[in-house]
Amino acid sequence: MTDIDNLRTRFAAIGYVVDPELAAAVMLMQKLGRPLLLEGEAGVGKTEVAKAMAAVLGAELIRLQCYEGLDASSAVYEWNYQRQLLAIKIWESENTSAAAKEQHIFQREFLLERPLLRAITQEKPPVLLIDEIDRADDPFEAYLLEVLSDFQVSIPELGTVKARSIPYVVLTSNGTRELSDALRRRCLYHYVDYPSEDKELRIIAARLPEMAPALAGQVVHFVQALRGEDLRKKPGIAETLDWARALIGLGASDLREDVEAVQQSLLCLLKTHEDRAALPRERVERLLGKAG
Amino acid sequence: MSGQRIERRIVGFVHLLRHNGFALGVEETLDALRVARAVDLERPEALRWGLRALLASTEDEWRRFDELFDLHWRGRGVKQAVRSRGSGAGAFRGRKLGDAPPGAPALADRVTRGDDGDASVGGEGKRQGASRAEALGSTDLRHINDPEELAQVARLAERLARRMQHRLSRRERVTRQGRRLDLRKTIHQSVRYGGTPMQIAFRARRREQLRLVLLVDVSGSMSLYSTFFMRFVRGLVDRFRAAEAFVFHTRLVPVSPALRERDLARALDRMSLIAAGWSGGTRIGESLAAFNRHYAADVLNSRSIVIIMSDGYDTGEPAALAAELRQLRRRARRIVWLNPLLGWESYEPTAGGMAAALPYIDLFAPAHNLDSLAALEPELARL
Repeated sequence: MTDIDNLRTRFAAIGYVVDPELAAAVMLMQKLGRPLLLEGEAGVGKTEVAKAMAAVLGAELIRLQCYEGLDASSAVYEWNYQRQLLAIKIWESENTSAAAKEQHIFQREFLLERPLLRAITQEKPPVLLIDEIDRADDPFEAYLLEVLSDFQVSIPELGTVKARSIPYVVLTSNGTRELSDALRRRCLYHYVDYPSEDKELRIIAARLPEMAPALAGQVVHFVQALRGEDLRKKPGIAETLDWARALIGLGASDLREDVEAVQQSLLCLLKTHEDRAALPRERVERLLGKAG
Repeated sequence: MSGQRIERRIVGFVHLLRHNGFALGVEETLDALRVARAVDLERPEALRWGLRALLASTEDEWRRFDELFDLHWRGRGVKQAVRSRGSGAGAFRGRKLGDAPPGAPALADRVTRGDDGDASVGGEGKRQGASRAEALGSTDLRHINDPEELAQVARLAERLARRMQHRLSRRERVTRQGRRLDLRKTIHQSVRYGGTPMQIAFRARRREQLRLVLLVDVSGSMSLYSTFFMRFVRGLVDRFRAAEAFVFHTRLVPVSPALRERDLARALDRMSLIAAGWSGGTRIGESLAAFNRHYAADVLNSRSIVIIMSDGYDTGEPAALAAELRQLRRRARRIVWLNPLLGWESYEPTAGGMAAALPYIDLFAPAHNLDSLAALEPELARL
């Protein structure tokens, strides 16, 4: 079908390998105007999806990183207090009423737009990435749901700000907290898994064309085998790419011949002391053997 | 396929999903029709992808979707439909619809007591009256064997937990009030003084909710206590979204979803499924290792208090237990160990596991009766 294929070609053009399922979801975001919720383990490339989308749609990427305790003043808007104070000082000598002064300092120019407000006030619809929504608390989630269905923000001193354009909203979650059913229902859903061997190869080919196919094959095979091990933190796609770059830098050409280079660069893949300790040289060799 | 026919089939499909526990409303049906119009029906895969993105909303639904899709659109295997409908995951989602069968609580109480059936075989005459109820607080839980009293103590444990949860979060809010300047309000108020902030406004600091992680030993040596502990834990977990509970024996199992089950009978049902097939000694060290490895990163943060309820009889290596506790100590704010044996007069924590654990514990407290559980609250608030 043309829409989906068309999108996939455009993703491919910017070097992003996209599943047809995900392309279908992106197409539906445009058609239905619903946000897209991406779930999956850390490191499977959820955030990358939003970045690639922005590039494909030629839209600005606005990112809101969630954390526990995130509130409206850092997510939506805040008044610029310093400028307000200055304005009051400047107006001190003027013979105007306090009410007029007050009205003056609560105008749009004194407003600091935070990501949510910025996203709905753009002329051209941006991609709004709400990263790790599961880390924000329940009240914020409820507030977000309201903004995402009405696309307007009310500011007591200023009135209601209506959206000029409806942004493409991408939410990501690592599943540290269960999201509300209401939010889930509102969103399109896509589960992001670790890439298959074939897909990971295509990703390397797209991002690191200078890498020899034989070496890329070994790299991917090793990483895939490594994900099957009992690790604290499994390597994601970003780690695979880092490692591949490191191997190019070290001048490795055949991993089985060059276990030394693998050992030296393993820190790109394994980010905790325990995982590093769990993989002594002979274990690495065994995994490489499998990588034949 | 004609337009009308496909619309009917889409509606039927949404229906099928709903029957399988997907939470779908009218809006989803309408959007599903729009999806069908938007994709090219010459490629059935596109319809699958589109509908899956729209209609699935959890990982579990995402994974079950394909089977249901094939069932409906490929039109085979009606028998499968019956099986899918009764599948565990479907039943799990079902609880949110609040379709508890009537009369369930009564049954639940019976199940609770049945759980401790061996302890209540004696069947003494009923003792009634308020004075007896007050005395329950100080009675060692293992000495209570009247079924009526057992149920009462379990209910008290649950209520106590709820009250504690409430107070713990409130205390935080009150003591930290008024430390942060509210610039917005201050500026607002300073306008009439020409910008000089004469009236300073403060903001109550966002209350920082404690997070509780509860690890309950349900091994044989704890069997006289674990029923009460589970009721206590249920009370904490039920209302407190920032609490997670695990039970362990020879291995560790997360039980928060089962404990949040509205219907007590079903919760116990799920619990017994979880506990089925366990035997042998307690492996505290290994259970903690499983926790550290698989769950710690998700459920712990710097405000977490880890509460371990166990008698410390470990058939594993004390050194392994110590090593895992040391790791746990790094991630959590505090570690509390509740040991029912500590309430016994002659008990000394010298058994291998317990002695090895002591250096890593912030609070080591008895938990043999309701009073000792109640005494925890001020201690926890101080941690």
